[in-house]
Amino acid sequence: MYVAVKGGEKAIKSSLKLLEKKRKETGTKSIEINQIKEQLSFAVDRVINEGSLYDKDLSALAIKQSQGDLVEAIFLLRAYRTTLERYAYSTAIDTSKIIIKRRISASFKDIPGGQILGPTFDYSHRLLDFSLMKEDEINSYENINNQEPKNKEFPSVIDYLNNENLLEQEINNLNDNPFDVTRDPMKFPASRDQWMQILARGDEGFLLGLSYSAIRGFGSKGTHPFVGEIKYGIVDIFISPDELGFEICIGEIEISECQMIDQFAGNKNTPPQFTRGYGLTFGYNERKSMAISIVDRALKSEGYGEEIKFPIQDQEFVLYHADNVEAQGFVTHLKLPHYVDFQGELNLIRKLRNEILQGKKL
Amino acid sequence: MKTGFNFAYLDEATKRMIRRKILKAVCIPGYQCPFGGREMPLAYGWGTGGMQVTASIIGKQDILKVIDQGADDTTNAVSIKNFFKRVCNIMTTDRTTEASLIQTRHRIPETTLNKDQIIVYQVPQPEPLRKLEPKEKETRKLHAYKEYALMHVKLYEEISQFGSVIKTWAYPVETNNRYITDPTPIPKFDNPKMNNMEALQLFGAGREKRIYAIPPYTKVKSLDFDDHPFEIQTWDECCSICGSTKSYLDEIIINNEGKKNFICSDTDFCKSNLEKNK
Repeated sequence: MYVAVKGGEKAIKSSLKLLEKKRKETGTKSIEINQIKEQLSFAVDRVINEGSLYDKDLSALAIKQSQGDLVEAIFLLRAYRTTLERYAYSTAIDTSKIIIKRRISASFKDIPGGQILGPTFDYSHRLLDFSLMKEDEINSYENINNQEPKNKEFPSVIDYLNNENLLEQEINNLNDNPFDVTRDPMKFPASRDQWMQILARGDEGFLLGLSYSAIRGFGSKGTHPFVGEIKYGIVDIFISPDELGFEICIGEIEISECQMIDQFAGNKNTPPQFTRGYGLTFGYNERKSMAISIVDRALKSEGYGEEIKFPIQDQEFVLYHADNVEAQGFVTHLKLPHYVDFQGELNLIRKLRNEILQGKKL
Repeated sequence: MKTGFNFAYLDEATKRMIRRKILKAVCIPGYQCPFGGREMPLAYGWGTGGMQVTASIIGKQDILKVIDQGADDTTNAVSIKNFFKRVCNIMTTDRTTEASLIQTRHRIPETTLNKDQIIVYQVPQPEPLRKLEPKEKETRKLHAYKEYALMHVKLYEEISQFGSVIKTWAYPVETNNRYITDPTPIPKFDNPKMNNMEALQLFGAGREKRIYAIPPYTKVKSLDFDDHPFEIQTWDECCSICGSTKSYLDEIIINNEGKKNFICSDTDFCKSNLEKNK
């Protein structure tokens, strides 16, 4: 009789087979992990961010296994990451010591060290390139006319504003025991380290929409943030094991960083000042780092004593709903059977209707 | 059998952390303990909290039963059971009486549980006040002050509008005369089973990162008013398979004209009942 949902064992097996069949429908060549890593590098970078595991090989594997469903790939990477042991916390990275690949400021025409456009879609014309439909073998790219920046240090541009006290001080006291969103349950009011981690692994689309809402009108009134500086490059990661007592470099990672300058009207204790919004991501995720910097600034509203009026300023609204592994799980759980609960509703609505209909007859 | 994963998937330190939270939860019945919930290879909202609780307390001797909507053979229950088979290499069962550990979604088995059993509920939203107050910061305060007027007013309003409380599942309970607790989306039909249950009741909410517990023999009272006492669902029909008139029934449409049949939601109970009657 009733087989739609029950009798799951066989159905699951067949479903997995069908999924695998979908990947091999006409038997095209299997994509190599390296091809995904290089030719779909932006997808790989999105997945290491939201999967919060800096491993481009595994990210590419997850993308392959999920057949290009990036939220699924992020989920796969998270479910792997959670089984890994925690050996150490790194010391804070220093983004002024960076092998720079791209660096621009929209607030200053020229900056010490120069503006470096680097690789970007920004000035490409968004016209489909039909030659890629049938591309010949890709030859390793010649390093043509590529001037490597000479500088090894790129101090934060917006700190120049500090000399006049025009800009709020960034927090100097680094917490030795930072909040760890992968180990600690959410708490409110949230601390900045907590929300920065959540934003770093939050869903890009959600954060982009939120940041858009703020600059379009659902944010603090009248403000238009300025990009103080955007950087994309490679930084070293250090750990400082207790038994050694000094720092050792354990590797390097690519990062994107955005420093946004925003306004603050001032209050009784503080004269008007520029404020900061900060965004940092793994890999090349410039759009997301910009979105984070706007959300970060909005989440600081409460601390500035600003009126909390819009969703982006609301800690619980933003932080509880930014994670796409959580969000996709809970939204899709609606397709699990709910017939026990629905039966309750059915009984109730019949009872309520009967009572009303009988009442009318009287 | 080698699985490539630690016994029950989670590492031992994580399991210990969760067990400590469970102990705390048992000490404060109905109180929602925050815990460092981990990501699981199952989607959030599909039972990750229950899975973490199960993973941290399961031992090699345990016999596991997993049900979803009362049934052992629903896809998600099968999937969770297979997961534990794979990472624990343990025995599983469909029989409520044989199980030492029961993980459930949306039902309590019809068969009375005993003191040697533990039931682990999957919890989508641990906060019974969430629909009334969206902020966690506020609801924690409300619990701390035992300030539950919001909930009582809500129930009162339902009675004044509809003549009765219209909550049919996840019907709120008061645990041990103290905390208002979400019984998870079980039908209110199951609420009375929670009261003075011999088995330990553990609740895991993965996405919301909360664990709570109801120790054995604890008073669990469904919220009501003297002039509007709590009532459970009843059916005019009986189970069309085993004939039971005491179990929670699922309604099934059996033909295109919309003809209905009713069968037990608890598949093991239905099967046992049928065998007994033969």
